[in-house]
Amino acid sequence: MRLELVKRPQQSALFSAVSPLIALGLTLVAGAIMFLLLGKNPLDALYYFFIDPLLETWSLHELAVKAAPLILIAVGLSVCYLSNNWNIGAEGQFIVGAIVGSMLPVLFPAFQSWIVLPLMLLMGIAGGAAYAAIPAWLKARFNTNEILTSLMLVYVAQLFLDWLVRGPWRNPEGFNFPETRNFHAYAILPEIWPASGRAHWGFVFAVLAAVALWFVLSRTLKGFEVKVIGQSPRAGRFAGFSRARMIIFAFLVSGGLAGLAGISEVSGAIGQLRPTISPGYGFTAIIVAFLGRLNPLGIIAAGLVLALSYLGGEAAAISIGVTDKVARAFQGMLLFFVLACDTLIHYRIRLVRPLVVRAGEAKAEEVEAGHA
Amino acid sequence: MLESILITVATAATPLLIAALGELVAERSGVLNLGVEGMMIMGAITGFAAALLTGSVWLGVGAAILVGAAFALLFAFLTLSLVTNQVATGLALTLFGLGLSGMLGESFVGRPGLKLGVIDIPVLSDLPVVGRLLFGQDPLFYISLLLTLAVAYFLFATRAGLMLRAVGDNPVSAHAQGINVVAIRYLAVMFGGACAGLAGAYLSLVYTPQWVENMTAGRGWIALALVVFASWRPWRVVAGAYLFGGVTIGQLHAQAQGVDIPSQLLSSLPYLATIAVLVIISRNRRLTMMNTPASLGRPFVPER
Repeated sequence: MRLELVKRPQQSALFSAVSPLIALGLTLVAGAIMFLLLGKNPLDALYYFFIDPLLETWSLHELAVKAAPLILIAVGLSVCYLSNNWNIGAEGQFIVGAIVGSMLPVLFPAFQSWIVLPLMLLMGIAGGAAYAAIPAWLKARFNTNEILTSLMLVYVAQLFLDWLVRGPWRNPEGFNFPETRNFHAYAILPEIWPASGRAHWGFVFAVLAAVALWFVLSRTLKGFEVKVIGQSPRAGRFAGFSRARMIIFAFLVSGGLAGLAGISEVSGAIGQLRPTISPGYGFTAIIVAFLGRLNPLGIIAAGLVLALSYLGGEAAAISIGVTDKVARAFQGMLLFFVLACDTLIHYRIRLVRPLVVRAGEAKAEEVEAGHA
Repeated sequence: MLESILITVATAATPLLIAALGELVAERSGVLNLGVEGMMIMGAITGFAAALLTGSVWLGVGAAILVGAAFALLFAFLTLSLVTNQVATGLALTLFGLGLSGMLGESFVGRPGLKLGVIDIPVLSDLPVVGRLLFGQDPLFYISLLLTLAVAYFLFATRAGLMLRAVGDNPVSAHAQGINVVAIRYLAVMFGGACAGLAGAYLSLVYTPQWVENMTAGRGWIALALVVFASWRPWRVVAGAYLFGGVTIGQLHAQAQGVDIPSQLLSSLPYLATIAVLVIISRNRRLTMMNTPASLGRPFVPER
């Protein structure tokens, strides 16, 4: 027995829609097996992982807090991946956006005005975009592999943040803890509905960004350009689209959104800079982008699912005593299943028994397959 | 002093060399596996745990190799049999490996591990300066050099190596010649995984005999960069690995000496050096074009 792929004449609309759902289902099955191996009741574990966090209002707010950066980063990444630019350094752009945006409340705490917050957000966007411009420029100018350069810059950004909060930006009244001073009230991103939980405006930004990019990608010439260059650089050249300008564009958009995610996280959810400000949002967002099938609206749903896995990890750690690191393993597994299920969109999979198919039968089968 | 620095350079370079050699073979067959970091970290936790639980360092090494190869098999099944996107699947492998190793390693954090001893070749190891460097190292150091020799010989002096390179350059004509492209790519990718697993075991059994989450710290990615740096030539990987080993150890010594430079800046030097090296290499377009496997990263579905 072996697998054989038969190319579909066109993409399967059915599987385009259901493949992420199949992938989620398979992840749940694999997760249940994993919990069984860990010696836990799989149904209990999955309940705490995926249902329990949805039952209380405050934890729905937490869901929005976690989903906001994931969605913001992932919609930006979708522009990159659709245009065949492999930015995997969003984690670094997130951090630099947070650092640049935090300059106002940390370095100029006396500057208190309503204008501080909008400035911070703009600076965050600029910081993330500028950091993403490095691998973009290197790729456009020297053809340097953007995967490796953007990833290396993540480590550099993490170390730079670590140096800032332990050194020059450390809170002078902070008993030597490695953190900056707390942001003043004008520098805090407000909560959407403070009476019931912590969800801040970052989630609104995320939904707006997703809708805006959905419009750009599906309804404008720019969106068409992104897809043409991604699918066939040659065709893009004939159409007069510039590859170099697209590289810069895609990285600036995704870097800017990652930067916005970073500054929203520190000013909305944390309220200061610390050595670690992200539980790997920049990397998890890669999974979000693919689970959402690189469609910004799909990414909203996917972002909520992955945010749930973060919360579920914490809930399961408390209630049934598995490590919260299970969540990361889950997330990686999910991406495998998503990619595998996407094969069904482009190919029909058949099991073939070796050596029994003779030439004539193969022909007949092919005709049949064509009719089916 | 100089001698001990050189020896530590070798221990920093060896895991990079082993992982990069494996990836070089996979890429020569036309498959870009970005999951090196994930396979390496799985090798690190498997090697550490297996050595601790069985009491045998060598069983740990063997288990790490097997797990690395098994992870690569998963990657190969997805990219070669299901024709998924190689870049995305490699990222998935890395994310999954980092997550799973963190979960499995939770109970091993802070436990003292086993360390692979050194081979001391009598008399020769007492030579000044180079004595211990060349004749008193851990066994995997020697294996890494033998592996380089073997890979270079295999790729450029054997028929099978020629077939592997043909598959990487032009799978369609290789297929027409009757070469089983997919089978060769499976084997090449699994060799890469085995090497990444071994490199991970080196980290947790020789370099720092303990388990720390994310202890590979980007070394899998640096190994990927080394393959580009070496323009897909095995002996140049040795040069690259020792260059990076030198940068890593140099900055560690600078930190230990209390040089008046922030330690975080020093720690970021290997990553900055990687970027610098990639830029320098990619500027020379003719060199990279000449050696890059022509169908690297492109999917291949055999015609019936």
